[in-house]
Amino acid sequence: MKATATVQPAEVTEHPMEALLRMDRIPHIWCPTCGIGTALTAFAEALKKIETPLEKVCVVSGIGCTGRVAGYIKLDSFHSTHGRAIPFATGLKLANPELKVVVFSGDGDIAGIGGNHFIHAARRNMDIVVLCVNNFVYAMTGGQVAATTPLTANTSTSPYGNFENPFSLPQLAESCGAVYVARWTALHVRRLARSMTEAMNKKGFSFIEIVCPCSTIYARRNKLGTGLDLMKFYHDNSVIKHGADTREMAIEYQKKIIVGKFIDRERPTFLDAHNDWLKKRLKDKFVAYGGPQC
Amino acid sequence: MKADPKGVLTGEHYLDGDHACAEGAIAAGCRFLAGYPITPSTEMAERVSERFPEVGGIFIQMEDEMGSMAAVVGAAWGGAKAMTVTSGPGFSLMMENIGLAAMLETPCVVVNVQRGGPSTGLPTLPGQADMMQARWGSHGDYEIIAVSPNSPQECFEMVIKAANLSEKYRVPVMVMTDECVGHMTEKVIIPEADQIELYPRRYTKLPPEQYLPFKAGKDLVPEMVKAGDGYKIHVTGLTHDEKGYPVMNWEVQEKLVRRLVEKIRLHADELVDIEEMQMEDAEVVIFSYGISSRVCIPALQKARGEGMKVGILRPIICWPFPEKKIRELSSKVKAFVVVEMNYGQMFYEVERCVAGKTKTLLVPHGGGWVHDPEDIYNAIKEAVK
Repeated sequence: MKATATVQPAEVTEHPMEALLRMDRIPHIWCPTCGIGTALTAFAEALKKIETPLEKVCVVSGIGCTGRVAGYIKLDSFHSTHGRAIPFATGLKLANPELKVVVFSGDGDIAGIGGNHFIHAARRNMDIVVLCVNNFVYAMTGGQVAATTPLTANTSTSPYGNFENPFSLPQLAESCGAVYVARWTALHVRRLARSMTEAMNKKGFSFIEIVCPCSTIYARRNKLGTGLDLMKFYHDNSVIKHGADTREMAIEYQKKIIVGKFIDRERPTFLDAHNDWLKKRLKDKFVAYGGPQC
Repeated sequence: MKADPKGVLTGEHYLDGDHACAEGAIAAGCRFLAGYPITPSTEMAERVSERFPEVGGIFIQMEDEMGSMAAVVGAAWGGAKAMTVTSGPGFSLMMENIGLAAMLETPCVVVNVQRGGPSTGLPTLPGQADMMQARWGSHGDYEIIAVSPNSPQECFEMVIKAANLSEKYRVPVMVMTDECVGHMTEKVIIPEADQIELYPRRYTKLPPEQYLPFKAGKDLVPEMVKAGDGYKIHVTGLTHDEKGYPVMNWEVQEKLVRRLVEKIRLHADELVDIEEMQMEDAEVVIFSYGISSRVCIPALQKARGEGMKVGILRPIICWPFPEKKIRELSSKVKAFVVVEMNYGQMFYEVERCVAGKTKTLLVPHGGGWVHDPEDIYNAIKEAVK
């Protein structure tokens, strides 16, 4: 007769993220082993340590797999149009400068269709945080080639391999003027969460690229194995290099991924520059924006 | 609610239509404007950029019109009275987020100083061919409100009216002016602030646990909250239920889209704003709006001088369309003569409401200059036959 051991599970009262999730919308739509859930977990962790009270934190997403974050996070959350999360966030932030506005969206949304908004918000040093999940493809629509797809990678619209040069997002963000630039993978959960807290506690345009596995589409098409294999790949191939030169961190197909915090600097934000300059020019005639009018 | 006197330039001014729109915006309490330069609308953005620092407003010149409109929607949810201004090509780019504004029931105002099109068309010359685009230029089914001023004075007044209607019905409201009205300078009388009535945003009084962001009352317009009020709302451009959560089925779609459409259609009668000129005994009705309506006046005078009974019916609110008025008149008059700077946009609405009961004539114009009053006079003559 076999011995059966009965293990009593510890009493579970609530999910550790319950206070920050719209539990009435769970289960979510993300595939098993997708990295977006991990990025969201890191975000929830990061929110515990920020200076802004949670009722003043807003999340704005665009369209795509990561665009669904806005629908699961229990904060004021806005699921906007494809590529327009950054300008939507710009309006939200300027209308109420008290808010901490976080854009949480994907690479297609931020660097593809929304690329123009991204570079200009960084140039202006708009005081928002941009968290960009990079899974190298347009996953929601079935895995088409993106502005971030590494050279030679196979996607459904680059079936013979990608021949277009991808963006290196940290380099783009730095050269346009972002004050905080970091990159992590979905494996680096604690470092990612710490980075998110830093970014949210910082004034100005902060950018974090989160390299995430998409095992259902990108990995399967490129025969890179399961989600676990991808995490193992990140483990074996990520190189932490804080302060690294962002010109030298383009992601090549299945090569080393440079991660870390690369930029942490100060520049006047759009609103500070607006107020300081106009006050200097108009003196007593200048009236600063007084917050929400309606 | 009265206008804030700090923003109101009470007195007599000589302003062009674009500048008058800017003053209307400020008087209406607009303190956020995002825009992108485009002829012939730029003067409004220029004046706003000059005036806003003195009245506590934020002007931002965005990287394009998609960004401008997205910023306007975001700013409205942040608690600002938000507007943008553009012309045809920019209006096309704004359509994406005008759809978002309609879907999220976001109060905001879009001023379109129309120029000749299609495409780049005639940047410095007038057109009136964006009327249908104003109504349904974004994909999907929705209704908006559009006003059409025909003078700088009315530009001032209509921007305020547009802002008020956008708050009352929670829709994007289009101010459809044109290059002529935008660039003509006339006397504009700006009243005292206490003479300017503003419609306050319809914020809920319910506590967060009872509040449903898209549950509407009898008038089909839900109450709003703004970001940062502690309601932790979710707002999405996806089809959503009363809670604001996405639901992908036809029942929720039906309920939502029907309400978005009906909240305007049900109020179409109270939204009628028409100016009538010599309509008492009119047998021929000239239907015209914006600058074209002013070009009709010499034609009307000439025809009246020859004993023809002609009047002008000018819709100041173009959308929703004044259906009832047209239906009523169609069994009484000999003909409608529609004068607009396009090859038939509002004309087909007139024709639809007339439903064959009387004659309808279009005096079209491709844009680039106003009609020759003689062409309108000839159409009147044709109509009275």
